[in-house]
Amino acid sequence: MSIILDKVSYVYSENTAYEKQALKNINLQIQDGEFIGIIGHTGSGKSTLIQHLNGLLQASFGGIYYNGRDIYEEDYDKKELRSKVGLVFQYPEHQLFETNIFEDVCFGPRNLGLSKKETELRAFSALRSVGLPESDWYQSPFELSGGEKRRAAIAGVLAMKPEVLILDEPTAGLDPQGRDEILDQVAAMHRELHMTILLVSHSMEDVARYVDRLLVMNQGEIMLDGTPREVFAHWRELEAVGLAAPQVTYVVQELRERGIPVNPAATTLEEAKTSVLEVFQNRKGKEFSNNKNSVK
Amino acid sequence: MLRDITIGQYYPSDSVIHRLDPRVKLMGTLVYILSLFFFQNGFGLAAVTLGLILLIKLSKVPFRYMTKGLKAIGVILAMTGLFNLFLTPGEPLVKFWIFKITQEGLKNAGFMVIRLTYLILGSSVLTLTTTPNQLTDGMEKSLKPLNKIGIPVHEIAMIMSIALRFIPILIEETDKIMKAQLARGADFESGNFIKRVKAMVPLLVPLFVSAFRRANDLAMAMEARCYHGGEGRTKMKPLKYQKKDGIGYLLIAGYFVLVLLLRILL
Repeated sequence: MSIILDKVSYVYSENTAYEKQALKNINLQIQDGEFIGIIGHTGSGKSTLIQHLNGLLQASFGGIYYNGRDIYEEDYDKKELRSKVGLVFQYPEHQLFETNIFEDVCFGPRNLGLSKKETELRAFSALRSVGLPESDWYQSPFELSGGEKRRAAIAGVLAMKPEVLILDEPTAGLDPQGRDEILDQVAAMHRELHMTILLVSHSMEDVARYVDRLLVMNQGEIMLDGTPREVFAHWRELEAVGLAAPQVTYVVQELRERGIPVNPAATTLEEAKTSVLEVFQNRKGKEFSNNKNSVK
Repeated sequence: MLRDITIGQYYPSDSVIHRLDPRVKLMGTLVYILSLFFFQNGFGLAAVTLGLILLIKLSKVPFRYMTKGLKAIGVILAMTGLFNLFLTPGEPLVKFWIFKITQEGLKNAGFMVIRLTYLILGSSVLTLTTTPNQLTDGMEKSLKPLNKIGIPVHEIAMIMSIALRFIPILIEETDKIMKAQLARGADFESGNFIKRVKAMVPLLVPLFVSAFRRANDLAMAMEARCYHGGEGRTKMKPLKYQKKDGIGYLLIAGYFVLVLLLRILL
């Protein structure tokens, strides 16, 4: 069970002055149950890439295989693919259209031709899993806050019970609290529902904390692919393409340059904290024993 | 699919036509449209065709890009053609059942379809080679005298430029919402007419909401920068005629006289 991209290229507005190659020869394998972060500068091709995964955009060259089947085959059911590979767009709250949240979440499963009962059951559990309080379910989308609307929209995709969930900048424009809530819920879904998750973001802090694998895109190509730790070790290259490693990486580097031997691989605040505390504990111990010696 | 809409779109390139003063282009378009309805015979048609071909060649905009705009009016073209063909009284050429095609009808239909096609092609040269900003600047300056009789020229020009500016934005927005709903299993293409109209609801509601939101934001942003209409407003790049603009006017005048002469003399 996997998604395979084989030499995928995509060209926007071919044969006009606006022609632009958005993807160049992408080779990629996504295994079941992975939690992948995709980062890249604006215009690096992140959004274009993910729209290929559920067949919304058709590659100019190359092939895409979902669970071993070519999705560009004539008789491949695109609707089925879209229910299996759920895509949450940027600012998904702009797509809400029903009179209340619950009805809107029902839109997806209803399109799949499910029975009324099954549809409502799915909407129910989707709204639960995004943590939207029941009192909001029958409100008009206009009466909710930005963060709540966003969660409702994510539920709209979840209700289709996708095997793979792709989120394009799910935290854009949210306050820190809303951001953490959404990312925590996504991480919980990965843990509990064993979904494959692709998280597109340009915030290194967000991705470093949650994902196990990180793809860095630059000018339509995959520049780096590895664990966050491996990727952030290339922080100089990241800077050269206008991205930055998490702030913690800079603190750790700076500390090391000043001769404090903290763990250079720390990428999250937690890891850095442990490492710094460890160093200081050792040092204190030494100082303490030194003092003892001098007293003697 | 939606990217095919080219009405009011600018096509960046570096040609003589692109560099002309927008006032010249506006005048040229006006004269061109008039000339379309002046010619009445093959010679006139040839002159207009020649003018159009020259114009398109000079503008360096790919011809295929222009004809995309024609697809949208295909239905109107077909209707006009058919009505003219069958409903013009005169000498019948072919007759079957209640339909008859007359010689005059044939000529009328042909000319009408050509006129409409040329109208779209010619006027799209204007928008394709002129940025919305230039276009409104040109319009504002050309229509300035109307200000004296109480017509708010600046405001009309501003409304026009905003409308033009918003076409690509709304197309992009439509594209985005469409994709978002497709990702939720929406189906815009199959089913009968009623089903398809119903399928548009998930697209149109968010689109309207977002259009209102954008309009509101824009009004707010303009207000925040103390926009108060045209009075006392100066330009950063005021329009100034250059030598090539003079030549442009001369050519336009020459073209018009030619078309007029062809009508009167032949």
